Amino acid sequence: MRYRSQPPLSPEAAALLSFTRSSLSRRTMLRGALATGALAVAGGTLVGCGTKGAQQTEASCVSEDLSGTEKTLTVSNWPQYIDVDEKDESKRPTLVAFEAKSGITVSYTEDINDNNEFFGKVQNQLTACQPTDRDVIVLTDWMTARMIRLGWLQKLDKAKMPNFEKNLLPSLKARPFDKNTEYAVPWQSGLAGIAFNGNVTKEVRTVDELLTRADLKGKVTALTEMRDTMGLILASNGHDPSDFTKAQFDDAINKLQKAVDAGQIRRFTGNDYAPELAKGDIAACIGWSGDVIQLGLEDPKVQFVAPDSGAMLYSDNSSIPNKASHKANAEAFLDYYYDPAVAAQVAAYVNYICPVSGAKEEMVKIDPDLAENPLIFPDDALLGKAKVFKALSESEEREYESAFQKVIGA
Amino acid sequence: MSLLTGVGARPVSAPDKRPDDSRSRRRWLPYLLLLPGGAWLILFFIVPTLQLGATSLYDPTGSVTTGYAMTWEFGNYPDAIAYAGPQILRSFAYAAIATVIGILIGYPLAYAIAQKAGRWKNVLLVCVVAPMFTSFLVRTLAWKTILSDNGALVGFLRDVGILGADGRLLATPIAVVLGLTYNFLPFLVLPLYASLERLDTRLLEASGDLYASPTRTFVKVTLPLSMPGLVAGTLLFFIPAVGDYINAALLGNTNTSMVGNVVNSAFLSRQEPPQGAALSFLLMAIILAIVFTYVRRAGTDEVV
Repeated sequence: MRYRSQPPLSPEAAALLSFTRSSLSRRTMLRGALATGALAVAGGTLVGCGTKGAQQTEASCVSEDLSGTEKTLTVSNWPQYIDVDEKDESKRPTLVAFEAKSGITVSYTEDINDNNEFFGKVQNQLTACQPTDRDVIVLTDWMTARMIRLGWLQKLDKAKMPNFEKNLLPSLKARPFDKNTEYAVPWQSGLAGIAFNGNVTKEVRTVDELLTRADLKGKVTALTEMRDTMGLILASNGHDPSDFTKAQFDDAINKLQKAVDAGQIRRFTGNDYAPELAKGDIAACIGWSGDVIQLGLEDPKVQFVAPDSGAMLYSDNSSIPNKASHKANAEAFLDYYYDPAVAAQVAAYVNYICPVSGAKEEMVKIDPDLAENPLIFPDDALLGKAKVFKALSESEEREYESAFQKVIGA
Repeated sequence: MSLLTGVGARPVSAPDKRPDDSRSRRRWLPYLLLLPGGAWLILFFIVPTLQLGATSLYDPTGSVTTGYAMTWEFGNYPDAIAYAGPQILRSFAYAAIATVIGILIGYPLAYAIAQKAGRWKNVLLVCVVAPMFTSFLVRTLAWKTILSDNGALVGFLRDVGILGADGRLLATPIAVVLGLTYNFLPFLVLPLYASLERLDTRLLEASGDLYASPTRTFVKVTLPLSMPGLVAGTLLFFIPAVGDYINAALLGNTNTSMVGNVVNSAFLSRQEPPQGAALSFLLMAIILAIVFTYVRRAGTDEVV
């Protein structure tokens, strides 16, 4: 059926319209062809070449440190990841104190919202060994690992960082992707483990229960973050998430696939699992300690469990990108935040695991309740069993992610 | 363009000392007016599209570390289809079902607002548009509360036996289609409203005077007259719905992922940009083909 929708036109209007159309098409045909040709040429040059390799080395990309003459520092961090003044949200007390003490003017920007997005933002500059105009960037383990692998970060001069040397939690030293602890300074850390809602189910203590217990069927979620979900399953199989073989990974993937096929796992989530867990739509899940503490404050029956087989420990790490020209200032800044008193001030505000030992004692002075919270200051028994995921090569990362994405449907 | 110059050229009878100058200015004026829009298109549409097309032909064995070589790898396309076939089909199926539901809900709604709402017209229009003031993500998350396993809706459906005792709506295809329908409904309703609002009611009266039944009047008069709005509306609804991945990610399960989810994982998780780019291009091509066929059959060329 062809419907004519316009009201009938007057003859003049119809004539005008048809004249316009035909003349337009004829006259512009040639121009159109020319324009298309020009575009094709321009496009061809754009299309013809691929992309350059991004690998840099200490020799290929040398950075100059102007800290001696320039008392400035540019820091990029995630939003709400530092203490702010209760009365004036734009003031950051620890930062103000650092500026007064060191004489360094800090430009602190909260412009990191997503690891991948930020990677895209700085990728071109770092590939070409150009400045990103940032002296300190804060990224999650796996992205920091990728940047280390690509040779995009500057090695820290730890002689200038006595607090960091002394106070970094033992579990965060010599992590698989930064064996000599020379590129990444944990800003805050967290645990991935099991969370359950005690209003709708009895306690869930192990990953095996989560993946097989009949009463949980269809009420379980797992994280789309491959390292957290797979790390917990690897550990539950008795394998070491920081050092495993391809066969062990395949075992873990099969275990997960079986749970998906059985309908045990309802779906895979980012941190949008939290409201569903609170409502009880999800009875139990793989989740992050920080989110679950928040829920637990409102409903004590929502609990976080670090499984006996081992929880996953992840961090957001500060590091200094290539061509950042205030390395010494950055080191002074990062070391300052490893002063336990300063770290306690930040921890009191952000509620993640504080990577600085000694901060717990300082916290008692600020807020004794928080100092007792095991998910901000976990005891050695909990942390001792927590694992950091293996450092993957680029090809391993792609292989494992592909296998994992296949299971989660994308 | 020529309409502009043609009309503008007629009243040259006005005295003009430098006719050549003004004529050449008039000739260039339309191009000048095109400049901002054209520059925008080139910068933000044509260049990225070419870049995406190029990426889809890169050597898939490349990587960020080593770089990607341009090898005109047309094999990326069949590979992408082989990888994401089910998700592509699913995307079009979900979007089509959502569009049909959208029309069933949106047409009566638009008709009521345009013809029957009287002084409530503006209030109702605001009600249609108001949800768009909040973010897409928040609106989708809100559906988790509405469809909650322990919520009123699921409770009711369980009581009347439509859902089993263990039945649920969240993390099912139903939730994804409902989410799509809800999120894109305003894009369907607004163009429909615009064309129904212009509907000349005297034509309906005339149809009645000629002994047409209300059904016949609707099929022969109202529907054809509202066709431009319906076509524009369904396109504005269907196209973003096909490419959407938020609804599938938040409301679906492992068996409801759409092509958008695969593109997302190709670029961000699996680090296979050539595959992601090939899928994006395929999606664009299929949608273009559908749009052209659809517009041709619906016969409303002024839409495109």
